[in-house]
Amino acid sequence: MSLLEVKELKQHFTIKKGFLGEKKIVKAVDGVSFKIEQGETLGIVGESGCGKSSLGRTILQLIKPTSGVIHFQGRDITHLSRKEMKDVRKEMQIVFQDPYASLNPRSTVRTILEDPLIIHGIKSRHKRMDIIEGIIDKIGIRKDQLDRYPHEFSGGQRQRIGIARALTLSPKLIIADEPVSALDVSVQSQVLNLMDALQKELNLSYIFISHDLSVVQHISDRVAVMYLGKIVEIADVDELYQNPLHPYTKALLSAVPLPDPAQMKERIILQGDLPSPVNPPSGCPFHTRCPQATPECKAEIPELREKSMDHWAACIHVQPGQKQSIRTSIS
Amino acid sequence: MVRRVFLSPLTMLGLFIVVMIVILAIFAPWIAPNDPLQVNLGQKLLPPSSEHLFGTDEVGRDILSRIIFGTRISLKIGFLVVIIAFPIGTILGAIAGYAGGAVDQVIMRITDIFLSFPGIILSMSIAAALGPSIENVLLALAVTWWPWYTRIVRSSVLSIKNSEFVESARALGASPIRILIKEIIPNTIGPASIQASLDLGFVILSAAGLSFIGLGAQPPSPEWGAMLSSSREILRDAWWSATFPGIAILLTVLGFNLLGDGLRDLLDPKNR
Amino acid sequence: MDALRYIIKRILLMIPILFGISVLTFFISNTIPGDPARLAAGPHADAKIIEELQEKMGLNDPLYVQYGRYMKNLVQGDLGTSNYSHQPVMEDIKQYFPATLELTLFSMFITILIGIPLGVISASKKDKLADQFARVMALIGVAMPAFWLGIIFLLFFYLQLGILPGSGRLDTGLAPPESITGMYTIDALLTGNWAVFNSAIIHLILPGITQAAVTIGMITRMTRSSMLEVLNSDYIRTAFAKGGSQNRVLYGHALRNGMMPILTLLGMTFGHSLGGSVLVESVFSWPGLGRYAVNAITYLDFPAVMAVTILIAVLFITVNLLIDILYQVVDPRLNYD
Repeated sequence: MSLLEVKELKQHFTIKKGFLGEKKIVKAVDGVSFKIEQGETLGIVGESGCGKSSLGRTILQLIKPTSGVIHFQGRDITHLSRKEMKDVRKEMQIVFQDPYASLNPRSTVRTILEDPLIIHGIKSRHKRMDIIEGIIDKIGIRKDQLDRYPHEFSGGQRQRIGIARALTLSPKLIIADEPVSALDVSVQSQVLNLMDALQKELNLSYIFISHDLSVVQHISDRVAVMYLGKIVEIADVDELYQNPLHPYTKALLSAVPLPDPAQMKERIILQGDLPSPVNPPSGCPFHTRCPQATPECKAEIPELREKSMDHWAACIHVQPGQKQSIRTSIS
Repeated sequence: MVRRVFLSPLTMLGLFIVVMIVILAIFAPWIAPNDPLQVNLGQKLLPPSSEHLFGTDEVGRDILSRIIFGTRISLKIGFLVVIIAFPIGTILGAIAGYAGGAVDQVIMRITDIFLSFPGIILSMSIAAALGPSIENVLLALAVTWWPWYTRIVRSSVLSIKNSEFVESARALGASPIRILIKEIIPNTIGPASIQASLDLGFVILSAAGLSFIGLGAQPPSPEWGAMLSSSREILRDAWWSATFPGIAILLTVLGFNLLGDGLRDLLDPKNR
Repeated sequence: MDALRYIIKRILLMIPILFGISVLTFFISNTIPGDPARLAAGPHADAKIIEELQEKMGLNDPLYVQYGRYMKNLVQGDLGTSNYSHQPVMEDIKQYFPATLELTLFSMFITILIGIPLGVISASKKDKLADQFARVMALIGVAMPAFWLGIIFLLFFYLQLGILPGSGRLDTGLAPPESITGMYTIDALLTGNWAVFNSAIIHLILPGITQAAVTIGMITRMTRSSMLEVLNSDYIRTAFAKGGSQNRVLYGHALRNGMMPILTLLGMTFGHSLGGSVLVESVFSWPGLGRYAVNAITYLDFPAVMAVTILIAVLFITVNLLIDILYQVVDPRLNYD
């Protein structure tokens, strides 16, 4: 049994435009399926606006999905009431991108860390403090800093507090939504290493959402590439980075600078901008920018299919079993 | 957390006035030279002198003493109106902003209705309906004032309700009420309470106006608006009876306004 | 197209508000203590007559029936009969409203004439003596109890110096001009009656300035802060750099863009003046709606109180609507959501 299994998940937002309210639908997440095992990290990459953050929030039921099913530890959590969901939340937590916005400026660190425990009914103050002290020890915040306010900490420290808050309830799964993209590069690796260490110690699973391909490669076991609300390719991290199948993945990877310029292959420059998710292109959503697009791409929505062992891609031009010759490694 | 607080001279002046008025109100019986209600027909309409600094009125009451005791009435109205209106407005605004949808629509439409009357007209009709008295003026002003807080709080709730720290509380399983009380309200109370301190002056001014047209405090109460109202009949003979109560109102309102402005500037330096 | 939609939407949105206003006012007026029938019948009427009157006036019907009847009449322009003046409230309002409108417009005129230039000067001489002076004046103006200022004006200009009249709209002995708008100054101008025009203007001065004192303070402060924002913008610096003259830049470029918030404030000013008329008209015995309302309250005149309250609220939201629409038209950047 997988820890989390998502099937055909859709998150469509309705936005009203104009006085007579012509409704427009934004398909932020449009039929996403994947599984994640205990202790595994799934990276989700894509440009901003591709729906990766909406996907994270939908899995957590911070926004109710339009359709689709989410199984967590074998249980369908899609239709739980808020109260029923509360128990699930102990097992499933989120770390946000902005360490400035994600901590209540008027609460001390102690309150921020204690609140989840109070919410989940740990009545003994003593016990709560034990838990909190155990956690801050792991993340490198001192006990005497507990009564400080968030603004008294650096960005990296705040993000570690955000992680600590997610850990207070001993979850199985943490959804990390761009957890390091607001941090300086030097601080990024500290936080990433901390997350790595915590994963090993606590056997956590991560869904790691990011637009940064190098960061995702560093931390993930498997990687899914999203484009306009759909997963266009998903595979083990090494397979995906060395042998990308989907033209979009190839384009993304070709834009990542490599340490050795000689290794860099020709950059694939995508034409045009990311289309609006309000009016996604017909057929394959990527055909408007795809260098390999043919008339069929416009007509047919490609399904995500297993092209080689555990390597899935949604492109009609990728033949099963086909090995791509170009090496695109970054590390 | 401790920030060095720099107050402009005008804010200091406001603070000074407000502190003085509060002191006058608390210690009125010891500060005032005479009983504010003591009629002394032998001493009526006396001009200001060393014995009666602000003169006497048409029945010989000492105007200075009446003004000093008047601070109690004005402060009481000002504070009580804000104390009643502020929580009502804040809570409704927080609910409207946080719940959104139909709840928001209903609350905000009701707010709009109250705000579509010029304040004094609405409070005048309510005070009239309830009958003239200080308590009813208080109630009437509270009914007129809460929608302002609702508006302010709603808009600041809207701006933080989708913030990540609120989302994270939801992700932790906090109930909506808990989120409202622990996450949202503490972060919206600031701008609203500044507005409230600014409002104190205007509440006092409005109350005096209502008393002036006969709806609030009734004679012989030493309420400033009521004093002004009765001074009109003796205007020709006693300029002092109209002058000093008006200056008292002006200074009190000015004091609260200066202080409120200063507080707002402290929070938002852009406003200067 | 979007602008038109916006206007239609705003007008439609007024309907529930108007409904709410009428319900609220009806509710308030109905809780006014005292029995309108007894008041209408006079102090010496016996119980039987009062009972008959109660029945005739529909006071025994359930409240919603009374409200329905009131609304039906209201839509037909019938606001009921005043229990005090014994004429239709509509007639009373027709008589008193122009006086209030004239006073309000006159005080807004003074407000704009003094407040806006004062705000511009204050902003352009930021932190200099003129600015300090203007700011203190504005602060005092906002805190000023208008009814007291009126009394002080009366004391000084009327009782002491005797150079300005202290009550009414015209000198006694002068006949009002033929009623066209009901506003004496304008009617006198239209009919070329200079004696009446002079007298009408002179009578407007004290109440007009009294009314304006508060709004001048508001407008000055608003003009100053919105001018400061504009003056700090790059295009104004460019205009100065190009060698534009001080006044040309200030009034030609900066004020035009600084006008937006001021426009909103003018709407508020109008509402403020309408509300303030209650107090100022009482001080100067100005025969307008404000004084009519105070009388109506004193005599528990239910139809009159309700009519004035509704009328002022409707005027208030209409003016605000017009300002909002103007705002949208003048500033093309705003979207219509």
